[in-house]
Amino acid sequence: MRQFFDDMHGHDGEVRAAYAEIATWLAQTPPHTLNAKREEAERLFRRIGITFAVYTEGGDTERLIPFDIIPRVLDADEWAFLERGLKQRVNALNLFLADVYGAREIVKAGKLTNEHIDTHPAYCAHMQGVTPPGGVYTHIAGIDLVRTGVNDFYVLEDNCRTPSGVSYMLENRSVMMRLFPELFARIGVEPVARYPQDLLRTLRSVAPPGDEEPCVVVLTPGQFNSAYYEHSFLADEMGVELVEGIDLVVRDKKVFMRTTGGLKRVHVIYRRIDDDFLDPMVFRQDSVLGAFGLMEAYRAGNVALANAPGAGIADDKAIYMHVPEMIRFYLGEEPILNNVPTWDCANEGALAYVLDHLEELVVKETRGSGGYGMLVGPHSTKKMREAFAKKLRRTPDAYVAQPTLALSTCPTFVADGTAPRHVDLRPFVLSGADGVRIVPGGLTRVALSDGSLVVNSSQGGGTKDTWVLHTRQNGGK
Amino acid sequence: MLARAAESLFWLARYMERMDNLARLIEAAQSMAGVLSETEEWRSALTAAGVDELYDETYDEVTPESAALFLCNSPSNPSAITACLDNARINARAMRGALTRDMWEAVNQGWLESRQLSADAFLPEKLPDTLDWVRTISTRFSGAYETTMLRNENYWFTRLGTFLERADNTARILDVKYHLLLPEASSGVGGMLDYYQWTSVLRAVSAVRAYQWVYREEVKPWNVAELLLLRQEMPRSLRACYDAITECLDKLAAAHDGKRGECHRLAGATASQLRYGRIGDIFQSGLHEHLTEQIERAAELGDQIAACYMR
Repeated sequence: MRQFFDDMHGHDGEVRAAYAEIATWLAQTPPHTLNAKREEAERLFRRIGITFAVYTEGGDTERLIPFDIIPRVLDADEWAFLERGLKQRVNALNLFLADVYGAREIVKAGKLTNEHIDTHPAYCAHMQGVTPPGGVYTHIAGIDLVRTGVNDFYVLEDNCRTPSGVSYMLENRSVMMRLFPELFARIGVEPVARYPQDLLRTLRSVAPPGDEEPCVVVLTPGQFNSAYYEHSFLADEMGVELVEGIDLVVRDKKVFMRTTGGLKRVHVIYRRIDDDFLDPMVFRQDSVLGAFGLMEAYRAGNVALANAPGAGIADDKAIYMHVPEMIRFYLGEEPILNNVPTWDCANEGALAYVLDHLEELVVKETRGSGGYGMLVGPHSTKKMREAFAKKLRRTPDAYVAQPTLALSTCPTFVADGTAPRHVDLRPFVLSGADGVRIVPGGLTRVALSDGSLVVNSSQGGGTKDTWVLHTRQNGGK
Repeated sequence: MLARAAESLFWLARYMERMDNLARLIEAAQSMAGVLSETEEWRSALTAAGVDELYDETYDEVTPESAALFLCNSPSNPSAITACLDNARINARAMRGALTRDMWEAVNQGWLESRQLSADAFLPEKLPDTLDWVRTISTRFSGAYETTMLRNENYWFTRLGTFLERADNTARILDVKYHLLLPEASSGVGGMLDYYQWTSVLRAVSAVRAYQWVYREEVKPWNVAELLLLRQEMPRSLRACYDAITECLDKLAAAHDGKRGECHRLAGATASQLRYGRIGDIFQSGLHEHLTEQIERAAELGDQIAACYMR
């Protein structure tokens, strides 16, 4: 019995049906061929320019996020289950946001307090009483999932603001199809290439009513942002303009972009800048990334913003633990996807438990992201735990703790052959006025160093292509 | 299209063209410095590039080494060759979606190569090779956009940048050297010094061979002026530049339901003047005055294009 569930070999070492073809391919392809393919993959990524730009003084470094050529596979049943769970969860998150900025039924029902909401840093007072088109707040949500067993999937985190990474999902697939056309001929893999069209349809569905064909734009902070490649990629794939704040102007509570033919009305803005920078009139006054008067136009219903300002209150780690309750409250359903049990250190009893069990828990900053500022108990030294305990006692409400999950592994190329490495999965859930769309799969992130559970690219993580099989595989799992 | 995209493409092309013109100018200065006054040749190159005053703030005297370095790669010269390339890439990257892949690769690869240049690349010994490399980059860029861009607004704004920059450069080079072409400057027709001086004007715009093909006679100053101002077949003449500029502006007007602005009027008026003008008349009414007016018009036209399309 292995300690971790392996996506390919399960718990018992037998190759699972979904991976049968992959296992044969790996066994039959000589190592030097695979190595040549890995090098080719890297060359392709460099040429396309999918880099994660890190500009520093005196030059620049454009890093590649490491890509592993062994795909991560999910069978049709697994995906159907995840898809149901994701739709349910994101529906509940959107209903929660509508409630937070609307009637506050959840407070009346005694599940959360007004104080809980109003003092939250991601709460946006300017949104109170505003109903965006279709009642959608988080149009693009990235839900981070991990697996611990055959039928055990957990939601690790909801990302409701401006989740990134979808360009990797798409480019990973196009590189894999280029390198291994014969695998795609043998194995039926659900395509992901329709994502940009789905995104455009979703964005158009929330356009303000009117006769004009809605004009959608992508708003980027500009070429020095680390995700600029993705912004430009998505605009290009959708066939819409990639704008910066200086291209936008608000007149009579309507948003326009400056074109060579004068001002042109903009109806939907897929913004890839944070709330704080959207409008210097109501948020940060020093921001030059947004447009002056944008929020007024938004509140007047003349422009849609995706995602809505203030959507971040739904993805906070302290709100996270209430999501199963939200699902029951708003939908009257039992949650399909598991939540990881979470101790809110703001609670005295919980804090005591966490301090007693630091060795086995993962402690995260409530407002943190990117894998920074966390303690992974089982991988920590006594000194690290003591230092962390001090921080916990000082500001307990800044932390939550969760048991260390036995994240599943997936075979991955390492220096000396292949070895199991821990993976997670971020599917991208699109919510429009006309329903929810999910492209089968998502971005699989892999922790490349042995034993590491941190998959973030800023912490040495890589990515894999994610395959959802489109026919049911024969045989048992 | 976005006004900022038009502006980025326009300036991308201008910087690439400026870099190319600088390379020709420096090459001419270097090759003529042997037979004419060294200081004067480099001084006029600095003046033609519009950076002579900046130069004097940094250096006390004009030497070939310091002038070449200043024109090619100097932190205190924002119009140096390397600065042009940096600015070109910034404009290209800002609107990468508006560029074809070949265009992007031409700019990006040139920029990457510029970062690998050795420390002595701009010293007299290596300068000719380095300038060849510079011209390769700009040729690769113009080849890329001519062969890969759709003939839509993106293309017309790019081309407009190329030709407006070139018109400005040709006028400037002529203006710096105009006194050499005046009858009173001549020491006697056909003298060796005259020959060198007149051909130095042609060299600065790489037109020595072109002169021979067009006139098939010894170099005469009024022919030199005519070639660079009025000849349709000379690709760096003001006439050829304004023919291209008016074509671009006509296409842009057509793309905007026929809407025209001051830039269309100004470009049209200048193009007609160059088309129907006679070199004798220009000499009579004053070559210098004419060139000064051309330089001012190019600047005004740039402003009017921005006013019409980029705000």
